[in-house]
Amino acid sequence: MFTRKKRTFTPWKAAATAAITTIVLTGWLAAPPAAVSETTLLNVSYDPTRELYQDYNAAFAKYWKQKSGEDVTIQQSHGGSGKQARSVIDGLEADVVTLALAYDVDVLYQKGNLIPIGWQSELPDNSSPYTSTIVFLVRAGNPKGIKDWGDLVKPDVSVITPNPKTSGGARWNYLAAWAWARRQYGNDDGARDFIARLYKNAPVLDSGARGSLTTFAERGIGDVFLSWENEAFLATKQLGEGKFEIVVPSISILAEPPVAVVGKVAQRHGTVAVAKAYLEYLYSPEGQEIAARHYYRPRDPEVAAKYAAQFTKVDLVTIDAEFGGWAKAHAQHFADGGTFDQLYLPTR
Amino acid sequence: MAATVQSRPRKVSIRVDRPAARERRAVRRLLIGVSLAFLATFLFLPLAAIFAEALRGGTKAWIVGLADPAAWSAVKLTLLVASIAVPLNLVFGLAASWAIGKFDFIGRNLLLTLIDLPFAVSPVISGLVYVLLYGAHGWFGPWLQSENIQIIFAVPGIVLATIFVTFPFVAREVIPLMQEQGTEEEEAAITLGASGWQTFRRVTLPNVKWALLYGVILCNARAIGEFGAVSVVSGHIRGRTNTMPLHIEILYNEYNFAAAFAVSSVLALLALVTLAAKAAVERYSLRAPESAPADPILIASNLSEEPAL
Repeated sequence: MFTRKKRTFTPWKAAATAAITTIVLTGWLAAPPAAVSETTLLNVSYDPTRELYQDYNAAFAKYWKQKSGEDVTIQQSHGGSGKQARSVIDGLEADVVTLALAYDVDVLYQKGNLIPIGWQSELPDNSSPYTSTIVFLVRAGNPKGIKDWGDLVKPDVSVITPNPKTSGGARWNYLAAWAWARRQYGNDDGARDFIARLYKNAPVLDSGARGSLTTFAERGIGDVFLSWENEAFLATKQLGEGKFEIVVPSISILAEPPVAVVGKVAQRHGTVAVAKAYLEYLYSPEGQEIAARHYYRPRDPEVAAKYAAQFTKVDLVTIDAEFGGWAKAHAQHFADGGTFDQLYLPTR
Repeated sequence: MAATVQSRPRKVSIRVDRPAARERRAVRRLLIGVSLAFLATFLFLPLAAIFAEALRGGTKAWIVGLADPAAWSAVKLTLLVASIAVPLNLVFGLAASWAIGKFDFIGRNLLLTLIDLPFAVSPVISGLVYVLLYGAHGWFGPWLQSENIQIIFAVPGIVLATIFVTFPFVAREVIPLMQEQGTEEEEAAITLGASGWQTFRRVTLPNVKWALLYGVILCNARAIGEFGAVSVVSGHIRGRTNTMPLHIEILYNEYNFAAAFAVSSVLALLALVTLAAKAAVERYSLRAPESAPADPILIASNLSEEPAL
């Protein structure tokens, strides 16, 4: 069809040169951030820690500069805890992870082989420098009179909680409810029944704690939001004082969000020492202060005493004593076909 | 000629009887009213809300929201991604539509179908395929890691996902036009002694240039606004792998509404500029003689001048 004569295709050459120049130029434009020779750490974390690490990163950078003379920049990535773990396994280059629960760090060993099996004993207190618990956030004046877990299954109460399949906080919610119900009804069958009724009252399950809080606070859906304690404080302080109230139930769970150096990645980056120091500094008085200021319960007794008035005393069960550890709890309750799958039947 | 001009209005006036015209006008008004109400509710109101929210704290808060280095890097990343993806898709789209529109070959229909693939596939899948290919446990993951090349959760992955999502836009605009125009003009040009490049530059390209520009604009709009696929491969590292749409979501989730809407307003402005460009292209293409199937004789005379130049 087309007979092509042999010719010098100068216009083609010009176009090709232009294209190559553009590519090189854009490459050069994109390169500088990577080429800067200061130390960079990537901290992959879960949803509600954004404000905490914003403050902590600045404090640590200052401390590290004093100690070693090195400049360090810490970059942050936030999302649902389970999703973040998945990303790290898929190649998100995290030097450290600070996730919502031990199971999500465990998978980094099980599925990614990125950390050693004994990761949780590498730092004090189960590698959890701060703890939290689950409380109820209700609307001002507590119009539905919610006092304890038992009130959540009343027919006219609408409960907001994220999806335990994707959200770390939601798993803590679920287990805290289970622990209360087991004591209340005396056995696991009673607890099963209670959980089934509880999730019947949940009109929507968001994928993460932040999404649920937005549903509750911004969209105005639901009467009670099962929340991380720190997230509940944040809502009462930041989303309008006097709009919400915190209700502390008679029993709750000790939530231990763990931290770990992702050994394989940090070794490749040559950042093992600074990554370790980054996590260890969380246990220092200053790190503990910052955690407490962001409504996480500090481990350090002195800091805890200083902020004692901020946190209501509550009877806390632990995952190890109550459920035999995360691996077991996960297999029984949250794995495919587990108790949650059996009990959660979306009816609407 | 005068006779035909006279006869035309008379014919029309006979056909239009009053009640029908009135009814048609009523229907027309109703339709216009409904579409305007629809547009107002679903387009103008949200758009106005974005700007109102963005400027609620005053221009100072707006500037503060944008001055944040993370927001600024999101703007830069978005523009960088678009500036790589759009030219590549321009070249690809033009090549593909030239092949499909002007030639017959085995696999032509297959290629045509494949070009539509990104339209048919959910953006989540578009992102996940790249994770499966280039992720740490993907097909090329181990090799990439040994070579220390980072694709997923870094800029290259975002560019790849954007290219995938936006590649039909140019081709889809240009192919129908090229098919409609056929190959006669090119054949004429060749017969008159034009080379392949000359034919392409002086006949094919001018004929499709408005459609091409239109495609590029649409492609650019999508490249800047893409959320789903990019979200999967981004890793959401603040200040490094967040494009504007991703950064907006993050700011919103941080209750930083002022900043979220400030960045949103910039994104919306970019979209409005794109739309204005699109409208301009449409208007000029209607006016421009090139958009109409060109007169073969004119082309022939153009070409015959060429050797003299």
